[in-house]
Amino acid sequence: MKLPLSIRRGDPMVWFTGSALGTCLLLIAGLIVIVLTNGLGFFWPSALVELTLKDGSKWLGEEIRRQAIPNPGSDDHLREHRVQLKLGNRDLLGYDFKWIDEKEIASRREPADAFYVERREYGPLLGTPVALKDGERVLAEGDAVWAALQPLVAKAEHDRAAIEQIEKHEIGEINYRIEQQRLALKRIEYREKQDGVKREAERAAVAAAVAAQEERFRGKQQELDRLLATAATTYVTFRAADGAEKELSTLDIYRIYPANQLGFGGRLAVYAGRIWEFMSADPRESNTEGGIFPAIFGTVMMVILMSLMAVPFGVLAALYLREYAKQGPLVRIVRIAVNNLAGVPSIVFGVFGLGFFVYFVGGGIDRMFFPEALPTPTYGTGGILWASLTLALLTVPVVIVASEEALAAVPRSMREASIATGATKFQTILHVVLPAAAPGILTGLILAMARGAGEVAPLMITGVVKLAPELPLDGFFPFFHPDRKFMHLGFHIYDVGFQSPNVEAAMPMVYTTTIFLLLIIVALNLTAIVVRNRLRRKYQTSAF
Amino acid sequence: MTAVASPQDTGIRIRTEVKTQETSAGTGHSAISIENVNLSYGDNQALHDISMEIGERQVTAFIGPSGCGKSTLLRCLNRMNDLIDDVTVTGRITVRGQDIYSPATDVIEVRRRVGMVFQKSNPFPKSIYENVVYGLRIAGISDKKVLDEACERSLRGAALWDEVKDRLDESGLGLSGGQMQRLCIARAIAVEPEIILMDEPCSALDPIATLKIEELIYSLKERYTIVIVTHNLQQAARVSDRTAFFWLGRLVEYDQTPDMFTRPKDKLTEDYITGRFG
Repeated sequence: MKLPLSIRRGDPMVWFTGSALGTCLLLIAGLIVIVLTNGLGFFWPSALVELTLKDGSKWLGEEIRRQAIPNPGSDDHLREHRVQLKLGNRDLLGYDFKWIDEKEIASRREPADAFYVERREYGPLLGTPVALKDGERVLAEGDAVWAALQPLVAKAEHDRAAIEQIEKHEIGEINYRIEQQRLALKRIEYREKQDGVKREAERAAVAAAVAAQEERFRGKQQELDRLLATAATTYVTFRAADGAEKELSTLDIYRIYPANQLGFGGRLAVYAGRIWEFMSADPRESNTEGGIFPAIFGTVMMVILMSLMAVPFGVLAALYLREYAKQGPLVRIVRIAVNNLAGVPSIVFGVFGLGFFVYFVGGGIDRMFFPEALPTPTYGTGGILWASLTLALLTVPVVIVASEEALAAVPRSMREASIATGATKFQTILHVVLPAAAPGILTGLILAMARGAGEVAPLMITGVVKLAPELPLDGFFPFFHPDRKFMHLGFHIYDVGFQSPNVEAAMPMVYTTTIFLLLIIVALNLTAIVVRNRLRRKYQTSAF
Repeated sequence: MTAVASPQDTGIRIRTEVKTQETSAGTGHSAISIENVNLSYGDNQALHDISMEIGERQVTAFIGPSGCGKSTLLRCLNRMNDLIDDVTVTGRITVRGQDIYSPATDVIEVRRRVGMVFQKSNPFPKSIYENVVYGLRIAGISDKKVLDEACERSLRGAALWDEVKDRLDESGLGLSGGQMQRLCIARAIAVEPEIILMDEPCSALDPIATLKIEELIYSLKERYTIVIVTHNLQQAARVSDRTAFFWLGRLVEYDQTPDMFTRPKDKLTEDYITGRFG
């Protein structure tokens, strides 16, 4: 029997392979679409609706979801619908999300005087401002409050920045110096215990330094008190949908907008402001509010540190394997071992990192250089250095494999040309082989970064925390603090999504954080790809 | 076109030229002497008991069918075979009296004295300038003036200066095939070697580029001893003073080029140069 022409030509194979690729692309596109729709919608200021139920109660909130009500076995299974309202006002109600059956709803309206308030604690407040007071003096009432409030909110932002400057940076610096002195004192005590010599002069110097810092601290504290006294005098009274009233200091208001009066431009401004806050601010309220800047910073820093350690190490190892080692069974076994190392589950590396880097190396450093601080560990506990080293170990096989391939791809004729002009093997490698292999080595780096940036499991036991008060890079000598714990976007997703006390509020943060993790990985990879392409153009080998 | 001239024609033409050449160049001293050289790759013996003298400031051509060992012998002369694992060389090769295989010999020094140009032009992915001065930089010379002079001198020597003098900063890979091969020659002569080995330098080039390289070989002969491996018999006849014919790892015949191409002593040689095999 003769097969149809299209089959003899091999068309089915084309469809088969094509659909395999198509499925992959669909899955990836689906992932990205889900993350984007769930994540990007979160910041959009949607309208506030007031639902009056048949029992007379009123609920004001953002409609965030609508679904059919499952009632298996009865006629109305999946016929009736319910909506989820984001109510805010957790301090008044005790909860901030509510499902309402649509058949319970008597009327629905979008009140023009409904405001959405983002504040320091208890999540958002939804209600109508009724009065603005300075101490006991009433500044505005009713509709006039909004106009009077706007400059005060702007002032509040300014005041908060000033307070943070004092609390975090200036008092933080004083704390840092006092801590240094405390360690210095412990060092003196440690030495005295060792050799029995009293060091009264040194003790006095430390005590004087501490006293000086404490004096500065008192000064700053007074400054802070004065600032708070001027900043926190104005209060707004809001009335919630159910009539309950809440007084809020203007200093605690981060953002306020009349959700139902905003045009498209106004909404866009709120949206952009929220995204900017998300990117640039510290987290608040156990990571469910505020931004993720420390996590972005920690992720990027960790990937860079990891690359700085993995690439030189991996390239050197690949150079030995490919250029110097005598090719034989032993080298083959090493190569197989390296390939297998790339497949070891990351948590195994994490356990190794904890045992070796943190306890053995870090503990050793503590015993040798910081014995006075013991039993409080300095390096003998998780930190960005150890996490990066662990990840470097995890990604070094990838770098070795890619670098080896890149080295093998450098044409023999080019090495010979160099050798024949009187270069040594080392000079040939340095001046000819490595530059020509650089694009391939960078491909290895890209693969390593893609793997390293996405790892969470090994980090959880080597230095990632859910909230790191200080960045590993700051203005205090020696500026870079490799012993500090850090935040990481991957861990942040896990923490916010699965360890949060307020799941409904945290869920959108999972998606938005995911978007940023993806963006950062893409950005890091793009940088490496641009560098690689530039090198490739530069070191393009001849065509024939 | 000269490249298609018949062996007889060329032989006659060369013969007359060689006579004049021998009086001017070709001092008669030997630059390289090869004594009883055997070479094997593992168990596979590639060269059998080769002995020959290569004259100073002469062009010596190695001819023979593929796999006859001519390139292998050439690569012995600057110890390029060291790069291949599992090679054993016995016998003695001396370059101007220095035994290059003695343990006391500095291989780097040997390669600086005996430069090499390869079959496939292999410029580095660097600028033309950097390609030429590579050997000097490797040797630790960083004086810009010295490098500039060496660059111009070498490029002039390789008859490439006029073509590239305005674009020394451009990549060496942007040149044409023939220019690239001349760039490789410039790179080889930049370190001022005594001897230049050429392993089929024209096999990847068109006839015009080939002609330019051959003219270059002619002019280089005044300063350097040249050993060239070629599959092109006319080329051997045109450029060389002496020719060695190899067959299955053995040196069959080695003589003045005109004699070789007009009155071969060996039957094998005659069969090969008349195109009966190979």
